[in-house]
Amino acid sequence: MKVKEKDVAYVADLANLELTGEERTGMVRDLNSILDYVERLNELDTSNVEPMAQVSDRYGVDESKQGSDRFVYAYREDVLEGLRKSLSQEAALENAPDADGTFFRVPKVIER
Amino acid sequence: MNLASLTIDMARSAVQERKTTALALAEEHYARIQHEDEKIGAFLTLCKERALEQADRVDRMAAEGKTLPPLGGVPVAIKDVMSTRGVRTTAGSKSLEHYIPPYDCTAVTRLEAAGAVVLGKTNCDEFAMGSSNENSAYRPVHNPRDLTRVPGGSSGGSAAAVAADMAVMALGSDTGGSIRQPASFCGVVGLMPTYGRVSRYGLIAFASSLDHIGPLTKTVKDAATVLRTIAGRDPMDSTSADVPVSDYVSELDKPVRGLKLGVAKEYFGEGLDDEVRQAVESAIDTLRRAGCEIVPVSLPHTPYAIPTYYLIATAEASANLARYDGVRYGYRAPGVKTLSEMYRRTRDQGFGAEVKRRIMLGTYALSAGYYDAYYLKAQKVRTLLARDFEEAFRNVDAIVTPTSPTAAFRLGEKSDDPLSMYLADIYTVTADLAGIPGISIPCGVTKENLPIGLQILGKHFDEATILRVAHAYEQTQIGS
Repeated sequence: MKVKEKDVAYVADLANLELTGEERTGMVRDLNSILDYVERLNELDTSNVEPMAQVSDRYGVDESKQGSDRFVYAYREDVLEGLRKSLSQEAALENAPDADGTFFRVPKVIER
Repeated sequence: MNLASLTIDMARSAVQERKTTALALAEEHYARIQHEDEKIGAFLTLCKERALEQADRVDRMAAEGKTLPPLGGVPVAIKDVMSTRGVRTTAGSKSLEHYIPPYDCTAVTRLEAAGAVVLGKTNCDEFAMGSSNENSAYRPVHNPRDLTRVPGGSSGGSAAAVAADMAVMALGSDTGGSIRQPASFCGVVGLMPTYGRVSRYGLIAFASSLDHIGPLTKTVKDAATVLRTIAGRDPMDSTSADVPVSDYVSELDKPVRGLKLGVAKEYFGEGLDDEVRQAVESAIDTLRRAGCEIVPVSLPHTPYAIPTYYLIATAEASANLARYDGVRYGYRAPGVKTLSEMYRRTRDQGFGAEVKRRIMLGTYALSAGYYDAYYLKAQKVRTLLARDFEEAFRNVDAIVTPTSPTAAFRLGEKSDDPLSMYLADIYTVTADLAGIPGISIPCGVTKENLPIGLQILGKHFDEATILRVAHAYEQTQIGS
C-alpha cells in the first residue's frame, strides 16, 4: 500500500477538498489501485528522454526558430481591451453566489 | 422532412431551395427531442429562443435568394463543456448547475456564423471525465442503439443526439478519446482534429495539453464540412495554430489508391473483443481492395499510454479545477463560517466522485516528493509515445486501428472499477498525447447489433488524408 489514510488527508488538504470519512476510505483503495497500475512506467528507461509538456512547440510552428520565437504569431499588443471588450462589472458579478454590486462577498478570511 | 440520415448538405439544400424552412427543421428536431429524449437523456438544456432567432435569419437569407453559408439552417447540438452566451453551461457538473456564461466559445461562434442553428447543450461526463457518460451529475445517457447500454463518453450526449437524429451534427471534446469512443459506441462519425487545429476559447478546461474540440456527424463529408468551418487560428486561444486550413471537403474525392496504411500489432492484442477484431480486419481488407497498401508498423510504447495519460491528464485537471472555489461563479456550499471551510465544502459538495478521484490523483502526482516519480516520468514517456508515431509516419500515410476494444458495454458494468473504465480508452489516448488527429467511423455491428468503430490516425495537421481514407471506406459501405 503506497497511499495510506494520512496521505489522502494530506493531499485532500492540498487540493482544498473536504472528504468525508467514507470518501477517504474509498480514495485510499482507488489511488492505490491506480498507482499500482501506473508503476509499469518504471519498466522504461527514460534517463536520456526529454519531458514533453505540450505538442505545440513540435508541430505546426516555424521550426527554423527556437523557443518562444516559434510563437511570434501568438503575440499581441499589451493594451486594455486589445482583443475584445472586457466584461462589464455587472456581467462579471452576474454569476457570483454572493456579491454586493461592486465586490464578490465571501466569509471572513481572518478569525478574531 | 425525414430526419433519419439527414446530412448537412441535405438540410442546407432543402432550406436553400425553399423545400422546407430552417424554422420548420428546428421545430421538427425539437419535436423529435420531445418524443425521444426522455429515454435517451442526450440533452441537458435546450435553447429554443436562440435557435428560432437564428433559423429566422437563415430563412430570410433564403427568401432573399442569397446563397446560404455551409451550415445554413442545419440544426446542431453542443456538448455542455462549451460556453454559450446566455445559455446555461454545466459541464455535466453540479458545481455549474446555474452557470450562465457571458461569452461564446469560438467553435460555436464559427458554427453560427456558418448558419448553424444551435438546438441545445448535450449531456456529458462531469468536466468531460469519463468513458460512459455515467459521471454526469444530472443523468446517464442511454445508447440509442440499445437503451440498456452506455453511449460512451465523455461526449455521450453529443453522440447519442446525432445517432438518434435529434441533431444533424454535434460538437464534442476529446481529451483521451471522448469524441471517437462515443462515436464508435453509437455508430456515428467522430473526428478529433490535430492539437491546435480548432480554437478552445470558451471550452471549459479539463487537461489543457490534451483538450480538443471536434465534430460528431452522420457522414465523413459532414465532418469535413464542420472542420473546415471551425478550424483555424483564433487570437483568443494562443494554442490555436497558425497553420493554413485545407479545403477538407474538396479533397475527399482524391483517390486513395497507393496510400500506405499502417497496422500496428499493439492495437490488436489482449483485451480486444473477437467481433471487433473481425470487423476491423475486414475493414482493413476493404481498404486494401480499394487500392491502399497495408504496411505493418510498430508502436512499441502503446502499453504505457494509459498510465501516462492518467498521470498527465489528472495533474493538469487538478490545476484547472482549482478555479471552482465558490467565489466568482458556480456552486457555493451553504452555512459555512470561514473562507477555508467554504472552499473545502464547496468543492466536496460540487464535484462528483470521479472528479474528486482525478483531482486527488493529479494533486498527488504533482506533490513534493512525487513529482519526479510520477508527473515528470509520465511526461518523458509521452515523448516516447510521440516518437513512436513520428517513426511510423515516416513509412505510412495513416494508421488504422479499432476505436475501442469492445462495443458499448452495459450501464453499471464498469462504474465500480475506475481502472477497468480507463481501459475503454486504450486505443484512443495515445493520439491525444501525441497531438495527432484521429477519426472513428462505423465499420459494422456485433451479433447483438451494436456498432463497431474503425479508427484512422493521421499526421499532424493532415486531417485531409484521414478524412479521405474514411470517406473511401464509407463509400464502399453504402447499400451494404
